Amino acid sequence: MTTQTPMIEMRSVSKHFGSVIALSDISMQVYAGEVMCLLGDNGAGKSTLIKTLSGVHQPTHGEMLLDGEPARFKSPAYALDAGIATVFQDLAMVPLMSITRNFFMGREPTVGWGPFKRIDWKYADRIAKQEMSKIGIDVRDPSQPVGTLSGGERQCVAIARAVYFGAKVLILDEPTSALGVKQASVVLRYIAKARADGLAVIFITHNVHHAFPVADAFTLLSRGGSLGSFRKEEVTREEVLNMMAGGAELESLDAELAEFQRSDREKKANSAAADQPTPKADGGNVDESAEKRLAGGY
Amino acid sequence: MSSNETNPSAAPAAADKDERIQRVSFWKKALNRPELGALAGTVLVLAFFIAASSGTGMFTPAGIINFLEVAAQLGIIATAAALLMIGGEFDLSIGSMIGLAGILIAIPAVEYGWPLWAAILLAFACAGLVGWINGNLVNKTGLPSFIVTLGFLFILRGLAIGVSRLLTGRTQVGGVQEHIPGDWFAALFSGEVATGLFSWMATQGWIGTNFAGNPVVSGIPVSIVWWLGLTAVATWVLLCTPYGNWIFASGGDANAARNSGVPVHRVKISLFMFTAFSATIFACIQVMDTGSADTIRGLLKELEAIIAVVIGGALLTGGYGSAIGAALGALIFGMVQMGIFYTGVNTDWFQVFLGMMLLVAVLFNNYMRKKAMEAK
Repeated sequence: MTTQTPMIEMRSVSKHFGSVIALSDISMQVYAGEVMCLLGDNGAGKSTLIKTLSGVHQPTHGEMLLDGEPARFKSPAYALDAGIATVFQDLAMVPLMSITRNFFMGREPTVGWGPFKRIDWKYADRIAKQEMSKIGIDVRDPSQPVGTLSGGERQCVAIARAVYFGAKVLILDEPTSALGVKQASVVLRYIAKARADGLAVIFITHNVHHAFPVADAFTLLSRGGSLGSFRKEEVTREEVLNMMAGGAELESLDAELAEFQRSDREKKANSAAADQPTPKADGGNVDESAEKRLAGGY
Repeated sequence: MSSNETNPSAAPAAADKDERIQRVSFWKKALNRPELGALAGTVLVLAFFIAASSGTGMFTPAGIINFLEVAAQLGIIATAAALLMIGGEFDLSIGSMIGLAGILIAIPAVEYGWPLWAAILLAFACAGLVGWINGNLVNKTGLPSFIVTLGFLFILRGLAIGVSRLLTGRTQVGGVQEHIPGDWFAALFSGEVATGLFSWMATQGWIGTNFAGNPVVSGIPVSIVWWLGLTAVATWVLLCTPYGNWIFASGGDANAARNSGVPVHRVKISLFMFTAFSATIFACIQVMDTGSADTIRGLLKELEAIIAVVIGGALLTGGYGSAIGAALGALIFGMVQMGIFYTGVNTDWFQVFLGMMLLVAVLFNNYMRKKAMEAK
C-alpha cells in the first residue's frame, strides 16, 4: 500500500470560520479501491471536512492532493470535473422528475445538431435502467418519478449517477442514516462494489456497525481535530466505538449504569425484605386513598 | 428471499424481478400526464356548449374561428407562463408588458415615422430587457417572483401611461394600420393564412359564402398560427431537449439542480425574457388587428394566463406541468367566454364560472399529483 500514490490526500488541512476553528490540522489519505470511513460524533467536523473535499469550502491552511497533484477547488463544479463526486444527504434529486431525468440532470445525452439537438431518451432510459440493475435494483420503469422510490433506492440512484459520470473519489454523507436494515444493506453492498471497481470511497457515518463491514481504514474526528487514521486490522469494533464517543465518557456511562443496577438490586432486596412483615391491609389502604384521590379528581 | 440476506454476493433483484415488473397500461400512463385534467375539461366544456348552443352559430366555421381566436391570444402568453411556472416562478408583469409593448410599437411608427419593423424590434428589445431585469432581481435577491413581478406590474403600466402622455398627450395611439402594408416584419403579426384554401373550400361548398360570394371565413387568423406554433415548440423543448430538463429541474428543486450542474440562474432569466417576448407578440397581433395601441391593454391578462396554465395541470410550486395543458386551458377559456355569449347567458356569470374552473382544476391537480407519487 505504501508504494502507491493516494487517490486523494489531505495534508494538515484547517478550516476557520471567523473565530471558529472548524477543522484543525487534518491529514488523511485515501487510496483507490479502498473505503475510508470517517467517524465522529455530532460537531466533530465531518460535514466541514467533506464540504472542503467537495469544493463547497476552501481550506484556510494546508493542501489537498488528487492523485499526487495539488488540487484546489473553487466550487463544487470544479471538484466534480476533477472526479470527486459527493452524494449529500439531500441527494440532489427532484422527486417529481423521472429516474432518467434525474440520472442525467445537467448532463443530458443528446443526438442531432443545432436547433434540432434533442435528448436521446432511448439511450438515456437504457443506461439508467442498466446502471440501476448493476447495483441490484431493478427499476420497474425509468420514467417513473423518483418520488415513488424508497429511500434506499433513491440513495442508490444518486450513487449510481456519481459513479456513472466517472467519479474517481466518491464521498457519501451518511448514506445509511435514514434507512432501514434491509435498505442499508443494499447501500453497503453498493459501496463494496464501488470499491471493487477501483474507486476511492469516503464514507461518513455515525454507525460503527455499518462502517465496519465495508471499511478498509478509519479516520476518527473529534471536536475539529483528527484522532488519527487506523487500518482495519489494527483496531477492533469496540476500540473504534470507544474512541468515537470519547472513551472516558463511555466509561463514566458504564459506571453510571452499574450504579443503577446496584441500586435496583438493593431496592429489590429491600422490598422483598419489607414485604414479608408488612400486613396486607397497609397496602390496601394506600390503594384506597389513591382511588379516592383519582375519583375526586375526576 | 431470506436465504439471500446473509449472502451479499447474491443479487436479490433477480429473484423478485418477475413480481415487480408489470405491464403498465396505456391508461395508467395517461393518468400520470399533467394535461389529463385539462383534456377532460375540454371535452366536458365542448360537449356542454355543443348541447347548449345548438342553433346559435357557435359551431359554424365563423363561430369556431371566433372562439379559437380568443383562445389563441391567451394561449400565446399562457405557453410562456407555463414554461415559467414549471421553472418555479411567476410573472405578474405580462399584462402590463402587453400595454407597454403596444405603446412602444405605435408611438415610434405613428408619431416619429419609424418603419413598423423597427418599432416592433424596439418593443422586443425592451421586453427582453424587462425580462432580464425580472430574472436577475429574482435570482440575486432571492425574493419570490410574485413580489418582484408585482412591482413590475405597476412600473410597466405606469411607464406606458406616463411615456405615452409625455410624448403624445394621449393614452391611445391610432393610425397604425396604414403602416402595415408592405412591412415584412409586421406581416408576421397581421392578417390570415391559408386564405386560398378557404376560398377553395367555399367553391367546393364546404363552408358557406356571404352575399358577395366570399367565404364566411376567409382564412386562419395569424394569432392561431402563433398559438399552435409556440405550443408545439414549447412542448418539444420541454420533452425533448436538455434545456427542457433544466426547466423541470429548476422548478422542482433549484438547489438539487444547481448541485447537479444545471445553470439555474440562466434558465430562469431566459424564461422571464420569454414571457416578456410572448407579451410583445400578443401586443403586436393586437395592435396590427385593431390599428391602435392603448395603455390599458392587457389588463388582468397575467392572471388569465396563470388560470390557463393551472387548468392545464401545472403545479404552482413548479417542476410539473405541460405546454399542451396550457393550450387546452386557453381553449377552455376561449370556449367558455364565447359560449356564454352565444348561449345568451348573462356574461356576468363568466367570471364566476372561471373562478370555479380554477378551483376545480387545482383540486384535481393536487389529487393527481398524489396519485402519481404513489403510483407503484
